[in-house]
Amino acid sequence: MEGIPEFSLSCPIPISDYPHILLAHGGGGTLMHQLIEQMFVPAFRNPFLDARHDGAVLAPDGVRLAFTTDAYVVRPLFFPGGDIGSLAVNGTVNDLAMCGARPLYLSAAFILEEGLPMATLWQVVQSMRRAADVAGVQLVTGDTKVVDRGKGDGIFITTAGIGAISHRLTIAPTSVRPGDAVLLNGDVGRHGIAIMAVREGLDFETTIESDCAPLAGLVGSLLEAGIEIHCLRDLTRGGLASALVEIAGAARLRIAIDEGRIPVREDVQGACEILGFDPLYVANEGRFICILPSSEVERALRIMRAHPLGAEACLIGRVTGDPPGLVTMRSRIGASRVVDMLSGEQLPRIC
Amino acid sequence: MKFIDEYRDAVAAKRYAEAIARATTRPWTIMEVCGGQTHAIVKFGVDMLLPSAITLIHGPGCPVCVTPVEMLDKAIEVASRPEVIFCSFGDMLRVPGSTRDLLAVKAAGGDVRIVYSPLDAVRIAREHPDRQVVFFAVGFETTAPANAMAVVHARRQGLTNFSMLVSHVLVPPAMEAILASPGNRVQSFLAAGHVCTVMGTTEYEPIARMYRVPIVVTGFEPVDILQGIFMCVRQLEEGRAEVENQYTRSVRREGNQPAVRLIRQVFRVCPRKWRGIGEIPRSGLGLAEAYADFDAEDRFGVADRTADESPDCRSGLVLQGVMKPPECPAFGTRCTPEHPLGATMVSSEGACAAYYHYRRERLPEALPVTEP
Amino acid sequence: MGEDPLMRTGKVSFGGILKEVNLACVPEVKIGDYVIVHAGLAISILDEEEAARTLEYLQQIEEMGQSTQGSA
Repeated sequence: MEGIPEFSLSCPIPISDYPHILLAHGGGGTLMHQLIEQMFVPAFRNPFLDARHDGAVLAPDGVRLAFTTDAYVVRPLFFPGGDIGSLAVNGTVNDLAMCGARPLYLSAAFILEEGLPMATLWQVVQSMRRAADVAGVQLVTGDTKVVDRGKGDGIFITTAGIGAISHRLTIAPTSVRPGDAVLLNGDVGRHGIAIMAVREGLDFETTIESDCAPLAGLVGSLLEAGIEIHCLRDLTRGGLASALVEIAGAARLRIAIDEGRIPVREDVQGACEILGFDPLYVANEGRFICILPSSEVERALRIMRAHPLGAEACLIGRVTGDPPGLVTMRSRIGASRVVDMLSGEQLPRIC
Repeated sequence: MKFIDEYRDAVAAKRYAEAIARATTRPWTIMEVCGGQTHAIVKFGVDMLLPSAITLIHGPGCPVCVTPVEMLDKAIEVASRPEVIFCSFGDMLRVPGSTRDLLAVKAAGGDVRIVYSPLDAVRIAREHPDRQVVFFAVGFETTAPANAMAVVHARRQGLTNFSMLVSHVLVPPAMEAILASPGNRVQSFLAAGHVCTVMGTTEYEPIARMYRVPIVVTGFEPVDILQGIFMCVRQLEEGRAEVENQYTRSVRREGNQPAVRLIRQVFRVCPRKWRGIGEIPRSGLGLAEAYADFDAEDRFGVADRTADESPDCRSGLVLQGVMKPPECPAFGTRCTPEHPLGATMVSSEGACAAYYHYRRERLPEALPVTEP
Repeated sequence: MGEDPLMRTGKVSFGGILKEVNLACVPEVKIGDYVIVHAGLAISILDEEEAARTLEYLQQIEEMGQSTQGSA
């Protein structure tokens, strides 16, 4: 099981130990993975789900498509650098981009809370339209439901997306090979901190904005240049660490990264120190990792750095063989440590 | 960031490791008594740079870990009441009580809020005059000034809806309890830099003298810790047993006088039960007579609750430095962060959690990542 | 900042993040000072001279180590 050590399979405490859903079940860490692995996947078992990737790659009648779905429940609805609307569009676009697909069509289902100001909804809708234009996608179908006051956080948005795949690669954890390099397109931690800052009332000398952005163009330029991409993963909930642990688990290989090479902005670092968070686990919405053969690194970095969303692209680690599923990090002082899956939501530390 | 990055410098760390290796002629056992130091040591891998003759033991330096089960039960009982807004530091939310934790109370509809300062809880009390706001005052001496300040502010503002569930613990009595216990192997201590920033270093002088142990007040960054270890080793090799200060940029011998005065005004020393260890006399802080009306235990009638520790959890042995987490039979099997048997597996400064997250697997060598 | 010394607060920057912090326990603090903050309260003013001296300590022990072969 991805990221979960072997011996926990024989753990005598079954999932019924959690009679209720906890917030941690949505946190992107171990509890969420347990829910997926022990309830959802077994219930719907098929080879597409087994690939464990962001989107499903389908080929009805030989036409290669990517298909994905997502739900957006962010609070606050509006934050520096975006809102639930732009998040919904870009998040879906990015899931498709991580299959190496060109995003084409989105659907959006809105669950609205009774009492939501009409002006708020209009702002969100406008924002979605703008994001869709920038990303080059069309919203082609949708649905609207309203729930009683008090039963929702204002707006919940569920999306689905379809994209076209014109490359012949299999971009998935199964394509990762020992010796591959791990590239990251920029600094981490901005989105999660931007959200927490609004929630916790932190002031900044310069506002930290979410990095929410569509990555399809950047990925597209890599594919057009013929770069042999093995795997892509965007860093959302659970941050860089969770994405790496998931891939290492799915690929059954080890990934070794270097702490000193992971870019984190000073103000994001400062906020993490105050809040007691580890930037490695903080959410992002415009960052992804690209795993590819070492021979392609120089060329890929050149292409990424030429794109506005990849200006700070860097090499952060390598894929090795053993032990499978492990992610290790060389700390700033040169010693090694394991990078684990988060067990629940990151909770702020006391001391 | 300035005044932080310099103390995480890889080259300095390596040079210290070499200096320690040169200075060490015999095996020595050093204990650090601060959760922040435990966390930094395991996270940055400081212990992996040390010569094998040096054994680092993690002491009971995590206030979350030593909060007794019955205190958690009291917190859970109070937090479950509909009129209560229960405020706590984030770490306490996942610590298991006798049957469940504060997160479960929240999931069941309780108003449990994470705050970064007790002063935030006072503000919440001011903003919600119709609710009872309770702050879970857990911590070593470092958080005592903030907690004392919160009580004073509440009194000044005439707030009758604010109270504190107090479970403060003091470091020096814990150190003495460890040194006095039969079978103690600790020969030297790294004292907690921020505890001493508040309290000063004079309380440690009689301990160093009586038990003949070097005590070095140390900071939290890897370079600080390595320097502190070097200073311990040097004293041990020279046969000295003194209190030295590594963290001079923050710690003065007399500590922070305004903070100490504030603590003495609001709190009094009392006996305190330590989870996994038992009761240590004069090892805790409780509210002084003049501020007793802010005591949540009395206000909500939970003072008489008792609870037994889990028989399966051996965190007491870990906290006293007698056992390393991976040596516990439940480690990683019956006890994981998702199903913790005790607090040390949950708190981010708990030794068990630190080992689980950073050291669970046999560690392969650190690989430097080079450009192609 | 009010006249009551116990309510004295200030804005502290954590690498660019500004947070309101209680300064009652560091009455001598001046704008530009670095402080150690814990649970919303400043517990000490960072002594920059001592900070520099701490970083120089490594140099000193290495020099001593070279000249006297072991501890001094």
